[in-house]
Amino acid sequence: MSGLVPHLSQSPAKAPARGALDGADKQSPSWARRLGDCFRPRAELTTASRWTLSLLGVGLFFGAWLIATEGGLIQPFFLPSPIAVLSRLVAMITQEGFLIDIWASTFRVMSGFFLAAALAIPVGVLVGNFAAFRALIEPLLSTARYLPASAFVPLMIIWLGINEEQKISVIFIGTFFPLALLIADISASVSKDMLNSAYTLGANSRQLFFRVLIPACIPAIVDALRVTIGIAWTYVIVAELVGADRGMGIAILQAQRFLLTDQVIAGIVCVGILGVLTDFAFRFAHRKLFPYMY
Amino acid sequence: MSQVVAENISVKFTRHKGEPRTALAETDLAIEEGDFVCLLGPSGCGKSTLLNVIGGLTVASTGTVTVGGQVIANPGPDRGMVFQNYSLYPWLTVRGNVEFGLRLNNWPAQRVRTVAGELIDLVGLTDYADQYPKVLSGGMRQRVAIARALALEPKVLLMDEPFGALDAQTRSRMQELLLDIWARKRTTVLFVTHDIEEAIYLADRVLVMSTGPGRIVEDFRIELPRPRVADVVASREFTEYRRQMLSLLRH
Ligand SMILES: Nc1ncnc2c1ncn2[C@@H]1O[C@H](COP(=O)(O)OP(=O)(O)OP(=O)(O)O)[C@@H](O)[C@H]1O
Ligand SMILES: [Mg+2]
Repeated sequence: MSGLVPHLSQSPAKAPARGALDGADKQSPSWARRLGDCFRPRAELTTASRWTLSLLGVGLFFGAWLIATEGGLIQPFFLPSPIAVLSRLVAMITQEGFLIDIWASTFRVMSGFFLAAALAIPVGVLVGNFAAFRALIEPLLSTARYLPASAFVPLMIIWLGINEEQKISVIFIGTFFPLALLIADISASVSKDMLNSAYTLGANSRQLFFRVLIPACIPAIVDALRVTIGIAWTYVIVAELVGADRGMGIAILQAQRFLLTDQVIAGIVCVGILGVLTDFAFRFAHRKLFPYMY
Repeated sequence: MSQVVAENISVKFTRHKGEPRTALAETDLAIEEGDFVCLLGPSGCGKSTLLNVIGGLTVASTGTVTVGGQVIANPGPDRGMVFQNYSLYPWLTVRGNVEFGLRLNNWPAQRVRTVAGELIDLVGLTDYADQYPKVLSGGMRQRVAIARALALEPKVLLMDEPFGALDAQTRSRMQELLLDIWARKRTTVLFVTHDIEEAIYLADRVLVMSTGPGRIVEDFRIELPRPRVADVVASREFTEYRRQMLSLLRH
């Protein structure tokens, strides 16, 4: 810990300027004001306006879809109406055991993702905090990031055979590299002042690592997990490309083979819903785990 | 022997383009135990650099620093530091922040608790002991930082523009609080500021620094009586000190 780099204290973290941008008057702003807020960068919206806008966005999307399909502008073969997709989804779940497919995919995504996280967290933290470790493996890591996970499918079939491990490995490869690099960046960005103040309180390297660096970056790491589990879901089709008998991915692929457009879309919607649910779960956990941030 | 002695300290920083820059040139400094010393100077004159060298955060190109008779090389608990941007640990409560240094040094739990409790009381935050920094105002955060730095009973408290980010009223209340704490603890304090009034109001000695290259150009002994009250700023002596420092800083 000797020979610390000169520390930069010239740019104190000034509190952001308060004012109009902060939405100082929260109680019922005028309509002109609300409209203005929509176009002012970083302006805060009221909860009501936020929900209204979100519902508007979703409503517009489904409205356009509904009009285009029910109005006969698009052949159902190309794009079935949302109502048809919904009833197809209900039928798949109640009559065709789609829940088993959902479970099979969820299991794969979660296994691959949590294995990746279990390895990426230590690797990322080491790369972000120890220059020697960074020099050692960062070149490999950042190169590997550009390799498409799908390119590993044949290799994994040769190595592992066509089985569950091979499918999980696709998710693993797809999420490990971005996650490790993300965590490395997070670890490296813990503020220098925080480290310096720990040193002046007598921390040694080990204490600095476990009592300052780790707690300082864990919230951002959990957030990185949330982002990458989204990536994990996007690999579900690639993972089930070969030799899967159950799974949302294979359900979509089979539907395509038989030109069941409504089933393809129902499958896609289902992956989307599960993605959103995991996202919510992570956001919820973040609030519970790190109450000091909210 | 003086509590803090810096001899022949120079600091050169390499720069992106051009020659390395001398931030601090052959500076000597001696601070007696229990003294309140202010470093005053324009922006960029090397105040923070000098403070960080004494704190052990910046490595000097030449010279040595001794604190309490010991040559220092690294940051350590004998020199408490308070930074302008507080740098509290957001995941710890006020109490957790104040106890942090004590726990690092493996103090017995009972003592940690009492010492931290006393310090939190001293800075007037007993009501907030179990709150996270997020809910504190700037002034409150800085009080936590001061309590945290004092917990290990440092030989010297190094403060780098600690009240620089506060509004005028909070700042003057914090100055009074600091003098009050100092009167009780008699800790040696080295306090960086670019505010002339602040320096005169607080200090036993004001060291005025100048740029190009950074160095100490004058050493004022402030003979104003203590305890100082806010209206000391209106006194004739105060005005005279200010006039002299102002003309020095204008050069
Ligand atoms: N890490 C660094 N690398 C390069 N140059 C630096 C570094 N830190 C400080 N300097 C230079 O050293 C000089 C003194 O900086 P220093 O931060 O000590 O000034 P200061 O008196 O504290 O100013 P301020 O009142 O603005 O905080 C400046 O010219 C600055 O550009
Ligand atoms: Mg400074």
